[in-house]
Amino acid sequence: MSKFKKKKGGELPPVNTASLPDIVFMLLFFFMVATVLRKNDLKVLNQLPPADQVEKLDKTKTVYVYIGKPGEGYKGKSTESIIQIGEKIVSVEEVKSAVLEERELKIRDELKDYVTVALKIDENAEYGLVYDVKQELREANLPKIIYITTPSSAVE
Amino acid sequence: MAKRSAPEINAGSMADIAFLLLIFFLVTTTIEKDKGLIRQLPPPLDENQPPPPIIKEKNLFVVLVNNNNDLLVENEPMELKDLREAAIEFLDNGGTPNGQEGYCSFCQGKRSPSSSDNPEKAIISMSSSRKTSYLTYAAVQNELGAAYNFLRDRESQRLFGWKFTEKKAEIDAGRYKDDIKTEDKLKEQLKEVRALIPFKLSEAESKKN
Repeated sequence: MSKFKKKKGGELPPVNTASLPDIVFMLLFFFMVATVLRKNDLKVLNQLPPADQVEKLDKTKTVYVYIGKPGEGYKGKSTESIIQIGEKIVSVEEVKSAVLEERELKIRDELKDYVTVALKIDENAEYGLVYDVKQELREANLPKIIYITTPSSAVE
Repeated sequence: MAKRSAPEINAGSMADIAFLLLIFFLVTTTIEKDKGLIRQLPPPLDENQPPPPIIKEKNLFVVLVNNNNDLLVENEPMELKDLREAAIEFLDNGGTPNGQEGYCSFCQGKRSPSSSDNPEKAIISMSSSRKTSYLTYAAVQNELGAAYNFLRDRESQRLFGWKFTEKKAEIDAGRYKDDIKTEDKLKEQLKEVRALIPFKLSEAESKKN
């Protein structure tokens, strides 16, 4: 009965892997296209000014304040610069409470007295608003600030 | 039972998968390295505080920035690129004559009697209008900070043989974390340099227009 005779060797044929690289590249391209690199869901435009006399920032005790014109998708009625703290957009009068609230949320208890406020301000913002925010921080007793910049020479 | 060898899994594509992951993480990871200009705000206004002491005109270096982002330094218009030089010259002047109290022994400036007495007394006053762009403001802050850094570097080089800013960056990065003795000593030395050339940059109330 040769019908039921076993094939010699009996091994399975190897899986054809010739198309694997194609699949891999397809995945790679998919992720490259689909991944949106957004940080902290920024609602304001944030092109930082250049500076070279910079020092590093300790992130564990930092509260971020963003200032800039409303970004893509958040365009409201005005084109004036706005302030974002955490996820919220706040007015100048609310800066103090918002910063203190953010400090409660983000900073460990033992570091609360050493908080630095990092100001990420768009280079096209007007100084008047920055000044108002600084006055609020003064009121809130958070005297240590850092103007976040991009590393390059300030003198064009 | 007949002996059957398990088929070998082809591992040739593992490399591809690994590279895919590698590239994916390379693309998505943004190494956040926030750097910037550290400044200290003055304490909150207090009604009862005594009026500030009167500062001699010659110890004050006035920088004004207007609506059009133009600079007026000591009543002279100035380009941003010249600001650093001018600030260094002012701080490093050492106007007090030799033998008198407050004589600056390390200053290398012109020792003009009409400019600052010594770096300790010298104050830079910056005032910008509300319409000044933040770009200019940050640049001016940077240049004035650069003047202080230059002098501090020079003095620490003279006293200790290293640059102030470099050593400070190393300490901040935690290079001396395991050696507390050295770190404390270096911090003490940084303090000395800071005392020689204190960072006195005052920001006047910005004008309404």
